[in-house]
This record gives sequence, C-alpha cells and structure tokens, in this order.
Amino acid sequence: MNSEKITKHVLFTVSLIILIISTGILASLIKGAMPAFKEFGLKFIIAPDWNPTEGRESYGALVFIFGTITSSLLALILCIPLAFSTSLFIAEYFKKTRIASILKTLVDLLAGVPSIVYGLWGFYVLRPAIISLGINDQGFGIFTSSLILAIMIIPYATSLSNEVIAMVPDELKEAAYSLGATRLEVIFRVIIPNARSGIVASYILALGRALGETMAVTMLIGNANVIPKSIFSTGNSMASIIANQFGEADGLKLSSLIAIGLLLFAITAIVNAFGKFVINKLS
Amino acid sequence: MISITINRNISPSIKFKDNSNLRKLKNRIFKIIIIILSIITISPIVLILSKLVIKGFRQINIDFFTQVAPDTFEAMMAIASGDVIPGGIANGITGTLLIVIIASVIAIPIGVITGVYLYENQGKKYANLIRNLSDILQGVPSIVLGIIGYLWVVLRVTNGFSAFAGSVALSIMMLPLIVRSTEETMKMVPENIKEAAAALGVPYHKIILRVMIPSSFSGLLTGILLAISRVLGETAPLLLTTLGSSFINLNISKPTSAVPLLIWNFYNDPNMINLIWSSSLFLIGLVLALNLIAKRIIARREK
Repeated sequence: MNSEKITKHVLFTVSLIILIISTGILASLIKGAMPAFKEFGLKFIIAPDWNPTEGRESYGALVFIFGTITSSLLALILCIPLAFSTSLFIAEYFKKTRIASILKTLVDLLAGVPSIVYGLWGFYVLRPAIISLGINDQGFGIFTSSLILAIMIIPYATSLSNEVIAMVPDELKEAAYSLGATRLEVIFRVIIPNARSGIVASYILALGRALGETMAVTMLIGNANVIPKSIFSTGNSMASIIANQFGEADGLKLSSLIAIGLLLFAITAIVNAFGKFVINKLS
Repeated sequence: MISITINRNISPSIKFKDNSNLRKLKNRIFKIIIIILSIITISPIVLILSKLVIKGFRQINIDFFTQVAPDTFEAMMAIASGDVIPGGIANGITGTLLIVIIASVIAIPIGVITGVYLYENQGKKYANLIRNLSDILQGVPSIVLGIIGYLWVVLRVTNGFSAFAGSVALSIMMLPLIVRSTEETMKMVPENIKEAAAALGVPYHKIILRVMIPSSFSGLLTGILLAISRVLGETAPLLLTTLGSSFINLNISKPTSAVPLLIWNFYNDPNMINLIWSSSLFLIGLVLALNLIAKRIIARREK
C-alpha cells in the first residue's frame, strides 16, 4: 500500500470517532434510561410527580419538561426585541461604523461569560431587583431564570441575523429609498422579507442554547418540583434537576435522571435540526 | 367641459393625503427605540464586569494564586475579625489547567484530522453525515455530556470521580468546534499551493502536514483557542464527573477541583461569599483573554 492510501485510511478512521461518539452517546443514554422506562413506561414523560421516598418511589419528567420549555420560550420572547434591535443597530443603522464594532464586541463578550457567573449575577443583582419591584417575594422563579437566559442567548441570536441583514443587497434598499420610502419602511418591507429565514434560524438556534443551559437556571428557578402556576412562580428545569440530584442518586432515581437527560438531548437535537433545516433552505 | 368631468371621475379614486410627516415621525421614533434597546442589550455585560471588578478586586493577592481554598471555619473566623478571607484558589487553577489540557490533548488531534477529512471529501455522503453529526454534537447540552462522562469514565475506567472523566466530557464539547473551524480554514488555503506541492511529487501526508496545516495555522489556532475558552467556564459537566477536591491534585484518576467548581462551592457556603467575586473575576478574565487573543489573530489575518 502506498503512503497516499495509508493517509486516506488514517483520515477516514479518525473521522469515524465522531460517528462512534454520537451513536455511543445515544446508546448509553438509552441503556441508562431503560430501567426507568421499564418501570414507568412512556408515562414517565407525562407523569407530574417526583417522589424519591423509599418504597413509594415514583418519577416523572413532566414538571421538568414544562419548566425547561416555558423558561426557554419566555427567554426567547424577551430576547427577540433586544437581539433584533441590536442586529439592526450593527448591520443597518450604524453599519461599518466604530460604534457598531464596539457594540458587536460587547455582545460577543456576553458569549464568553460562564454560565455560573451569570447565575451569581442573577442571584445577587437581578433577584433583589425583582423583589424590590414586587414581582415576586423571594425573587426566584421561571421569570427570573428566563431574564438571565434571555441575556445569555443574545449573542447566539444576533450573530447570524447580523450577517443576513448585512447581506441584503444595497440595490433593493436603494430602489425602495428612490421611491420615497423611509428607513423604517425599508426595514419592514425590504430587509425583513429578504432576511427572514436567516433571522428565524438564528432565533431557533438561540432557543436550542437556552434549553440546555444549566447553572444559571439552577441558581434562579427556585428548584421546586411542581408545575408552576404562573411565569412568576418557582419551578424546575431538566438540566437543573440533573445537576442537583445526580450526585446522590442511584438505582431507579439515577436511571430516571438519565432518562431526563435523554429527553433533553432529544428536545435540543430536534430544535437544532429544525434551525439547521431553515438555514439550509436559505442557501 | 369634457376635461372637467374627467377630473371629477378621477379625483375620488386617488387619494393624495400628505402623511409624510407621520411617516417621518414613525421613522424617527423607531430609530430611537432601536438605540434604546441596543443600549439595554449591552448593559448587562458592563454591569457584570464592573460588579466583578469592584467586588472581586479586594480578594486578589499573591495568596489567591498560591493557596488552596480555605475551609468554612477559617473563612468564618476571618469574617468575624474583619479580615480578608485567607487562602486562594490554587487547587481550582491547577485542576482547571489539568482538566482542560487533557481535554485539548484528546480533542485537538481528532478534531483537526476530522476537519481535514471533511475538507478533502466535500459533497460525499459519508462526509456530510459526519458533518451533520458534528453539528448535532455541538448542540448537546453540557449537562448531558456530564452524564456521558459519568457513564463512560467514572463508572468504567477510573472507578470513581476523576479529572479524566471531566476531560472526556469537555473534549466532546470541544471536538465539533475544532472540526468546524478546521474545515472552514482549510477552505481558505489557496488551491495552487497544494497543486504546486503535488506537482513536485510531495506525498499526500506531507502535503497535509507541511503545506495545509502550516498555511492555515493561525486559523486552526483561533478555532482551538475559542474551543478552549468555551469549555473553561463549564461547571455542570464537572459536577457530575470530577466532583471537586480541597487539595491540589495532579492525578488524572482522582477527584479534582476546578475554578468553576470552587465558585459553586463558595456560592453554597455563606462564609465564603466574598471569594465568589474574585474567583469569578479570575475565570472571566481568563476566558475573555483567550477570546481577545483569538480575535486579534483573526483581525491580523484579515488585513
């Protein structure tokens, strides 16, 4: 065999590692989750109780699925006006100016802040603010964690939308201006229709980020294993219950936590795949 | 006579209402809203950084880098007598370095080689599958990778919590980032350099090692630095794999602390609260420094 063939074989063999890791993750999660699904069946997904009392053990994922999805969706809703404005600021109103690049650097810095630091800041700054505004007695809850998540996902929501907004051809915008359109009209009649799918895709990918976020949510959501009555009540999320209870878990409880991990993996994979699908349609 | 009737017929159908003032007003209000919301967007990062600097600065001294974390009692005594809390985060710093270096040693070769493979096999079905799987891996929540580190390494390899388990979890996080950045930078290497090398009869593996990798080196380095800065602050996967330790540990098969884990411990201990700000300041400084270096490399390349 000549050296070229050997090199190609080496490259191919190493690329298999990605395949092995991905299938391995799925296989291990399924294997680890098996005892829980055997005990509770598919009802595990819709069962609302989480009772670790010996002898009457009963676990379900609904509370956590509900908490994860509501906090992430609320975070996305809070994030969109901010991210959209910032994208327009950087890629349209102040395109290629010094102030736009400063703003962009600051937004990029947001992506570099570790989750646990967001959690600390949320706990010591945001939470007292929420208490003093009278929104909530202790300041914990779905709303507080959504606020911090909204800040965390801004860089993911803006990076792709900046690009697609900047990519809208100048001729189209100039044509609209020459007909007497104001900038606002150009934004809503020319830029948004042209950049729509890219903007939507970046928000979907940002949602994918929010779903898997752990530490900041754990520190702010209140860790109450009940379905929240309103967005200002406390709840719990999938990532957060795993982080809090994995260390002391064994047997059925451990398997239930792994099953929640499997469900979280599935939800984020579906959301991300959908985001990628929108991007692929774009190009 | 005729022209008058025509005018009467046309004028009701076309309404020339001058609303340009209203449109201009809307335009101006929208711009102001955009500017205000953009300022709100960047205010958290300014507030976070200033909070960390103001509250964390007091604790940063030589001991902070050379001593291990104090226990609750020492911290309590220091607070009672109004002193700065003794000790530092040396066990966290060494642990973070150990865990991240091992993770890099695992992820960099695999990531770069896979990236080269994807670049060399553009458009092939198997390569597309690998690219898609790599994208899926990038979206896997870090806590799930913590579970994987536990199942694969803690239970089977090291028979207990270990730095190595954390490294495996972090390396899976780094891998897709390195694969993607390698493939993208390889695309920027001019085709004719490779052809020139091939024409001289240079073997394929040497074209990769001596031509492609060196000419895209700054791009590769950027991707690697960003991948490292991405995992440096990870806490959740380490909670499930390396557990933490109150001593400096350099044995990869033993529980090890890390800076984010120490922050988590300090947060959960009322006596240690003062230490969270300085540790966070250190961690964020490290992450942002790596980010800035990577950005400088990109900026220099684009010139």
